[in-house]
Formats: sequence, C-alpha cells, structure tokens
Amino acid sequence: MNNFSYIQADKAKEATTAKRDDKSAAFIAGGTTLLDLMKLNVENHDQLIDVNMLPFRGIEMTKNGLRIGALERMSDVGEHPLVVQNFPAVSQSLLLAASAQLRNMASIGGNVLQRTRCGYFRDTAFPCNKREPGTGCPAIEGDNRNLAILGTSDACIATSYPGDLSVALVALDAVLTLENAKGKQREVPITKFYLLPGSTPQKETVLEDDELIVAVTIPQTAAAQKSMYLKVRERTSYAYALASAAVGLEVQGGVIRAAKVALGGVGAQPWRSPEAEKMLVGKAPSEAVFRAAAEAALRGAKPREHNAFKVEMAQNTLVRALSEVAA
Amino acid sequence: METNQTKNAPTNVVGKPMDRVDGPAKVTGAARYSAEISVPGTVYGVLKTSTIAKGRITSIDTTRAAKEPGILNIFTHQNLPKPAKTPKQVEKWRAAQSYLPMQDDQVQYAGQPVALVVAATLEAATQAAALIQVTYQAEAPIDSFHDPKAELFDPQKIQQGKKDSHVVRGNPQQAYDGAAIKHEATYVHAINHHSPMEPAATLAVWEGADKLTVYESSQNVTMHQGALADLLGMPREQIRVVTKYIGGGFGCKGSFWPHTILTVLAAKAVNRPVKLVLTRQQMFTGVGHREDQEQTLKMGATADGKLVSLVHTKRATTSPWDNYTESNGKILDMLYACPNYSTTYELARANVMTSVWMRAPGEAPGSFALESSLDDVANQLGIDPLEIRLRNYADHDYSNNKPWSSKSLKQCYTRGAELFGWDKRNAKPGQNRKGRVLVGHGMATASYPVHSSQGTARVRLFADGHAVVEAGATDLGTGTYTVMTQVSADALGLPPEKIRFELGDTRLPTAPGSGGSVAAGTVASSIMAAAEDVWDKVVKMAVADKKSPLYKAKPADVKVELGRMFLIKDPKKGETLLATLGRSGQPDIEGSGTGKYGAGYEEKNFGQNGADENNDKKEKVSGGHSMHSFGAHFCEVEVDPDLGTVRITRWVGVHGVGTVLNLKTATSQMTGGAIYGIGAALMEDTFRDPNYARYTNADLAGYHVPVNADIPDIKVEFVPETDPYINYLGVKGIGELGMVGVAAAVGNAIFNATGRRMRSLPITPDKVLEALRQPA
Ligand SMILES: Cc1cc2nc3c(=O)[nH]c(=O)nc-3n(C[C@H](O)[C@H](O)[C@H](O)COP(=O)(O)OP(=O)(O)OC[C@H]3O[C@@H](n4cnc5c(N)ncnc54)[C@H](O)[C@@H]3O)c2cc1C
Ligand code: SF4
Repeated sequence: MNNFSYIQADKAKEATTAKRDDKSAAFIAGGTTLLDLMKLNVENHDQLIDVNMLPFRGIEMTKNGLRIGALERMSDVGEHPLVVQNFPAVSQSLLLAASAQLRNMASIGGNVLQRTRCGYFRDTAFPCNKREPGTGCPAIEGDNRNLAILGTSDACIATSYPGDLSVALVALDAVLTLENAKGKQREVPITKFYLLPGSTPQKETVLEDDELIVAVTIPQTAAAQKSMYLKVRERTSYAYALASAAVGLEVQGGVIRAAKVALGGVGAQPWRSPEAEKMLVGKAPSEAVFRAAAEAALRGAKPREHNAFKVEMAQNTLVRALSEVAA
Repeated sequence: METNQTKNAPTNVVGKPMDRVDGPAKVTGAARYSAEISVPGTVYGVLKTSTIAKGRITSIDTTRAAKEPGILNIFTHQNLPKPAKTPKQVEKWRAAQSYLPMQDDQVQYAGQPVALVVAATLEAATQAAALIQVTYQAEAPIDSFHDPKAELFDPQKIQQGKKDSHVVRGNPQQAYDGAAIKHEATYVHAINHHSPMEPAATLAVWEGADKLTVYESSQNVTMHQGALADLLGMPREQIRVVTKYIGGGFGCKGSFWPHTILTVLAAKAVNRPVKLVLTRQQMFTGVGHREDQEQTLKMGATADGKLVSLVHTKRATTSPWDNYTESNGKILDMLYACPNYSTTYELARANVMTSVWMRAPGEAPGSFALESSLDDVANQLGIDPLEIRLRNYADHDYSNNKPWSSKSLKQCYTRGAELFGWDKRNAKPGQNRKGRVLVGHGMATASYPVHSSQGTARVRLFADGHAVVEAGATDLGTGTYTVMTQVSADALGLPPEKIRFELGDTRLPTAPGSGGSVAAGTVASSIMAAAEDVWDKVVKMAVADKKSPLYKAKPADVKVELGRMFLIKDPKKGETLLATLGRSGQPDIEGSGTGKYGAGYEEKNFGQNGADENNDKKEKVSGGHSMHSFGAHFCEVEVDPDLGTVRITRWVGVHGVGTVLNLKTATSQMTGGAIYGIGAALMEDTFRDPNYARYTNADLAGYHVPVNADIPDIKVEFVPETDPYINYLGVKGIGELGMVGVAAAVGNAIFNATGRRMRSLPITPDKVLEALRQPA
C-alpha cells in the first residue's frame, strides 16, 4: 500500500471538491473494499477522503419509497424493521453477504461500488483489462469459474459487481441520489448506474469523479413486499454468490400483475431480466411459467470452460426463488 | 525406562475434561505468538515474490524502493549472503523443499521470493517491496501433471526418498482379473492449502556472529534448530529456536521453508533483529500445500463382498526438484483384510513449490478412494456399508502380517451406528426426500498409524509443593500445555495448578515436534520417565531417612502412585514424595528421562538420536505389533438437487485412541478433524491458472474453509481402549485420525441421497449439478 494523506470531510462539498481537485484521491467509507485493494496495490490513491462524518444517514419511508442514507451500515439496514417488512429481498441480500464484522463496517454506498472478485484483477502479477486497460483478459482462457456469463465482452468477463445488495436494488428499481462538487444532486435509476464492460471494462458506473452517492431510494410496491433474495454458494456464509436471484411478485386473482427479476453472480453487472419478467406478467404462477422465465433470463448466456454450470444453476435459482415468493 | 510398555498407573486428573491451562492467556492476548514477539531494535523484513512461474530475472531496479524511509537494505540474489549449505545439501533435516530461492537469477515457481526488503517499519518495507521493479525473461511454465507439457515419471522413491514408489503384496492383478466383482474408479483431489489462522513468522536475533535466537512459528523447534545449524554451518548449541504458541499448523509449520533462512541471513547482514511474517497471499506459495492428485483404484471382491485385490495407482504434481507425494497407499494396504494389494506412484514436474504433508497426509486422500469404492461395491451387492466393512474386518495388519497392539474398531462401528441411528437408513439411493432436498446417510472408517517417536523431558519437584516440567515440544493450539500439565500432576501427585509445564524452546529437553500425531504419546511418556527418575531419587532418600515410614525398605519393594511412595506388600506403609523431600532440607529435586512411543520401540533396538529424526526410518525396526488408532464416521447430508448445494446436517465420530488424556481437548481435536475433512470434502480448492501456473484465489475469501454455518452439531465419542504396548500411558495419536475417512463419509452420504457418486474433491455445487444431469 502506498503512502497517502487523509482528510475527514465534514461537508459534502468539502469531500467532492477535494476529489475533483485530486484525480488520484478516493472516498473512504467502511474501507472494506478500498483498503483491501490498496493493500494489494490494485488501487493506489495519494489521498483518502473520509466521508463517514457526512450526514448521509437515516432509513425512512418517504413518498418515493424507502430512503436509505449511503453511509448507513449493511447490518443496520439489513436488520431495520422497515426493510425487513417491506423489502425482504433487500434485507436478505444484506444479511447473507460477507461476514458480521464486514457488515458492521461496510456502508450502503460502498457496497454499491464494491469491485470484482476476479482473481486476476486482484493480483497485479496478472494482466487484466479492467485494472490495466489493454493488457488482456487471462480469465477468458483461464480460471473463470466465478465469472459472468451474461453481458460480458471480449475484453472482460468479470462479475464487475460480485455482491448481493445491488442485485436486489436492481430488481426493485431503486434510485441513487448523487451529488457533485457543484453541490448539484441528480437521481440515477440503479438499472442505469452500472455499465457493461464493452471495450472499456475499467469504466464500471456512470458516477462522475467528483460525485458522491448520497442515498438509495427504493419504491414501495406490492412486488417489493413479496420479494426474496436467494443466494447459492458452496460455503453457507462468508462467500460470494455462484448464482443468486432477487425476485418480487405481485399476484392478484391468481395472476401475476408485476414481476421483478434480477440475477447475481452471473452478469457482468447486477442482471435485471426484463425477458423473464415478460414471461411472468399476466400468467398464473406455476413451475412451468417460472421455468420459461428462467430460460428467457439466461437465453443470451455465454458460458466459458469453468462456469457453464451457472446457466443451469441460475435458472434453477430463479425458479426456486419465484416458487418461494409465489407460495 | 527400558521399554514403551504401557503401565496402568492410577490417575487423578489425567483423562478429565480439564479446561485449557493456556486458555486465559489466549483470550486475554497475553499469549504471544511468534509474530507478536519483539526484541529491542527489531526491524522488519518483507519478501517480494516472483510474478512469473518460470524464467529468469533480467534486472532488478531498487532505485524507487530505496527511497522509502528507513530502508536498511534490499536483498536480492545479487547481494544476499550465501548460506554455508543449501537445503539440498542438508541431508539429515530434509527441508521440505530442497530448492532455495534467491541464490541465482532463476525463477521456478510463481510466488518464489526474489527480494527481501529490511526497513525500520513494516509499512516502509511493504511499500518498498512493491516499488522494486523486477524484469523477467519468462518461459512457458508447466502448471500441473494435467499440463500437456508435463511428463509423468516413476520416481522410484517418494516422500524425499523415504518410501518406494511401488509396493506389491500377493498377486494383485491376477486376483483382480479373476474376481467376481471388479470395480474400477478414478478419484481426483484438488490442491489444498493448510491455511492456519496464524501465518508463518520468523524473528531472527543474532548476538554477535555465532549466536542466534530464532522465534519461529514452528511445529518442531528441534527440526528448525538442526536445519539452521546445518545451513549456517554452526553448532546446534549456538542456535536457539523458540515457539511458545502456534495458531494452527496442520503440517505446514513442521518443515523448514525458505523464508526462515532468508530472514536469518538478512538479519546477520543488517546486524539487527529482523522479523518477517508471510502475508496471507504468501502463505499459499511459502509453506507448501497438499498436491493435486488423481488415484485409480481397481477393487476386486467376491460375490459376498470380501475384498480379494486392491490395485492402486496415483498420479500427482511435484516440484522441479523434489519427489514428494503423500503415500496414499498405506491405508489401502492395512485397513481391510485384503490378501492382494499394490500401489504405484507416478509424478510429473511442474512449476510449483514442493508440496508437503498436510493433516493426515496419504490417509486422507487414500481413504477417499478406498472408502468410496467400497461403498460402491456394497451398493452393487446390496450389502449394508457397515456390514461390508465387518466382512472385511482385518483381525491383524495385512500389510505386515503383525497383530494389532489394540484395535477397537468393531466397538466404534457399533457405538457410532447406535448414536447415529444407522439402522434407520434407507439403503436405496435417492429415496429419502425432505421437502425439496434429498437426504442421505453415509459412513466410513478412520485409521491413522502410530508413528514411532521418542523424546526427553525434565521434571523438577520443589519441596514447597510445586513442580516445573519441561520438554521442547509444541502446542499447536490442540492442548499440549494442558494435557502435559495433567500428566505431570498425576505423576507427582500434585494439583494441576501446582505444575508449570514449559515447552517450545530448544533449551529444553529435546522432544518431538507436533506432527504425525506423535506429540501426546511421546511427551507424556517422556514426562513419566523423568518423573520415575524423581521417584527413584526420592525413594532412595526415604529408605535412608529414619523419619520415613519407608526407612530401611528395599527400593525395589517400593512403588509410587499419584505422588505417594508405599510398600508394594503393605500399601498403607508409605508417604508422599513431598514429605520425604521436605524433611531432606533439599529445596528441590530433578529428574530426567526418555519416553518412547510406537512399535519402533517395542523391542530394544531403537537408536538414541532423539525424536527429531525422521520417524519412518525407525518404523523399519519396529517390534511385534502393528499400531494404529481406528474410528468410524457417520454422516447425514442434505443435497439440494436444483441448486447442487450439499449441507452436512448430522455427524457422529466414534474413535478408539487408547488412553484419552483430556476428554475435552481430545473431543475438540476429533471435532476439528471432522471439520477439516468437511472442508476438503466440500469446498477447499486452490485454483491455478493453467497458462500462468499461478494461483487465482490465494486468500481466505477465495480459498474456502468451513465456517460455523457449515458445521452441524458434531458428536464425538471415544470407546474405552487399553493398549498395552504403545507407550507408558497407552496413548495413541488423535490429531489426524479425525480427518481420515471424512471425505468418503460425505461422498457416501451424497451417493445415498442422490444415487450419484462424486469422485472429485471438493464436491462443489457445480459438480453435483453436473452429476445429477447424468443418469443415476
Ligand atoms: C472478504 C469479503 C467478503 C465479502 N462478501 C460479500 C458478499 O458476500 N456480498 C456482498 O454484497 N459484499 C461482500 N463484500 C463486499 C462488501 O460488502 C463491501 O466491501 C462493502 O459493502 C463496501 O463498503 P465500504 O463502506 O466498506 O466501502 P469502501 O471500501 O469504503 O468503499 C468502496 C468504494 O466505494 C467508494 N465509496 C464509498 N462510499 C461512497 C459514497 N458514499 N459515494 C461515492 N463513493 C463511495 C470508495 O471510494 C471506494 O471506491 C465482501 C467483502 C469482503 C472483504
Ligand atoms: S475478467 Fe475482467 S477483471 Fe478479470 S482478468 Fe479479465 S479483464 Fe480483468
């Protein structure tokens, strides 16, 4: 880890202008992603701007839905009654993530911006297009067991966001509030926040250099209320998903009125599946309908040598999650 | 003490589930591990390791690195002082890896040390190491024995020359060809890393040019001392190695590795104490691993399930220099009554460091093949898995035709089956559903040899009623401090609080390391031998002491039990050791002794060279019995057929291990063994990129070991067992036994749940889904 200077920002403006003025600076919240990557020399920052003092707190119901301050901790949000009752998928995605210690440390904003667990990205001995554009992607011919099968490119096949929360947020149409150095706020639907790797896998989100995540707002819907997050992995806890599904259904009179479907662990970004949703809406819930939706969701999959299993696993995960919320 | 015959002495605290004596020190942080020790003037060493797996270093630019504050020196192959000898030349101690990096510009494996920075702070050294620019001329590496470039060869000898690569008993191929039931299968084992919580650490402190103290995370301080003496060309007495606490080793701290000598050489060159701790990533390329391997087992049986032949071959990856591979065959040779057996090992060189023993080396993967195939044959013949094991029960050791010193396996089976409810198992695979999951029940046999070993101890009994007991042994965290305190307490008739047991220092009497499950038996015997020396001395004092009830008795007529001397013919006549000692005016009395363990010492043909030499040689001169511990595992799994996940929901392990010194620590060890085995069975797998021959998941987030949520309530019991031949207290080793058979028990349960046989470890959801896609 390189030497760096450290400042603590009391006001958002202080943080965002400091970041604008220093291209090599980084915000630090819980530090659970950032410090790891700095210790590995994957990221090098000469300045860390501590944002933990900023007032981006609070978990409250607003007219647009549940608003969660970006600096709230994963464990606090995951256990919050408003979240547990109205957005079970969000609560589960948080509480099934990482370990208790990490969840106590890690913030919501930081979670949304966590980086890939691709082993090549995390080890500077390897080439990696995401870490050093133009050097190549050894994962394509190498160990790709944990990597993506949807939305990948010839430049990068990583699950750029390897975590859980954003999968639920993407499914439930959450909106991020961002603020820049001019003090201007903008709202970005999380479905538009992440970028596909294309030929620029180093560019992961639409966040500008001087922008902070202020809050996440999740619309309150019937489907959100009847939602769940299912995570599959070989180790029962403290492991990333091999495949996961965040689903929400609104069923009325035996017919699915609204469906929210997103997959984790399989997409180059948290993978919302309008294809699957289309197969569900207007139908009576049944195993066959769920299976058709799952097949639609994985239709464009491009599996590699070691992750071909993810097609079936993701489909089955989705079917299982849908069956459970419909039950 | 002349022999290692078990003496059935009465006990007071031995066997009790006493709390750990080092528990409070550990939970309060007072216990300091090697990396936590500092001496005045300590500076920090950090390794820089190679990014390529094969090639040569063309240049090393340290300009930027040298600008970091407080850099004392940056060592590379160009300026690191050379040791007097290389590990290759050090025959006796046999560093696990004969190749020492940083001697020339060659790179032979990814993660090999190429530079060592010494700086005033850890931070500066770490950053400087990152700033060193090394340029390489890379060549295409060989990744493993699967690599098309790799060539399998017959090593003739394996395990650093200790064992033959071919073993044949009877006429195995012919017997197999003629067998009514022929079963052939291939089993795959991923690379595993020991991954102890405590990383390897060395603090090297020179006093002048010819006196060295090393604080090392060592499972065997005597081994480290001997290896260092040879490598440095110094007398052993000038070198002291200290290890007071270890945070797990599982085998990776029981051998000598490059970082230790590199640190020692650097410390001498900078003339300061240097502390070097491997990072978690470096733990994957610094202290060995369990090699990736493949075994093919042909099992021939009669129509009623009696084994007639086992033909075993193993293929594995080894390093460019050494022929190490676990001897998987041992357990196939002895576990059942099978008249014909052979094993053959083939190795291929690849750009990987030398692998090393890892908890139950050989037995763990070997038993996976044997116990899975046997389960298949049982299923094929419609015989209960427990019944087929009874039909093949070995009433003596077929591998050497000797009687067992003791064996309680039948009791283990019976008790385990009872605790588990084995009789309720549905023998038909795939029939047992619970909601969406498939439930399965499996079992397997466990066995681990008693490796011969010997060691020494010193006992000093003080007239004020306390004692100091010393042996240069190790406590891996498994309880050596505690059980030896109990043994000492009973030997002297004192309460355990009055015993101070010291270990982990080459200044103490030489004891074996912790490895091969020999520590408990050997050190306990050594303490008893030393205590006997004290008894003899005090008895002599008593019989010459007018005030003693034993005055004028013949020493031969006096017996000592629980610290009290008495006439054998008139036990009421006697007094405590302390009573005599108290009257003598002598403040204390010291005794020392040598304890012996295992079949190698059953007859009086043992060497006198100390416990630290390699055990296996001595087993060649073993006595009349074959010595093993045995046990049985029973397991319940739930397999989710849609998601491929496997959860262990129940576990029962019942073992026969001779005398249990401490029920609590012993139970913990066997529980830990099962957990370790579950890790290997379901998740432990170090991936390598085949093109770069470099690991891609070298940290504890990527290399999965079980967490609490993976582990059900594990029930462990010991059957009462008295072994009259093994050692003074009748103690067999328990450390490794608990893991043997675990992977097979899991695989057998999965088979029972799904009708699919999993032959590749670890059994991860992707493999389960793949298997379920195939017809049953
Ligand atoms: C071993 C391990 C296992 C894990 N397992 C899981 C898992 O199973 N599931 C899962 O979902 N996650 C998992 N995680 C990831 C974890 O959830 C994230 O590391 C964590 O959420 C990041 O939050 P943080 O506050 O610590 O972020 P930081 O490390 O402080 O920051 C992360 C990034 O976000 C930026 N940032 C932080 N806050 C803001 C803000 N408000 N505005 C703009 N930029 C900001 C930082 O500059 C940095 O680039 C795991 C992490 C580890 C280390
Ligand atoms: S998949 Fe992406 S992150 Fe991984 S090596 Fe390739 S480019 Fe790098």
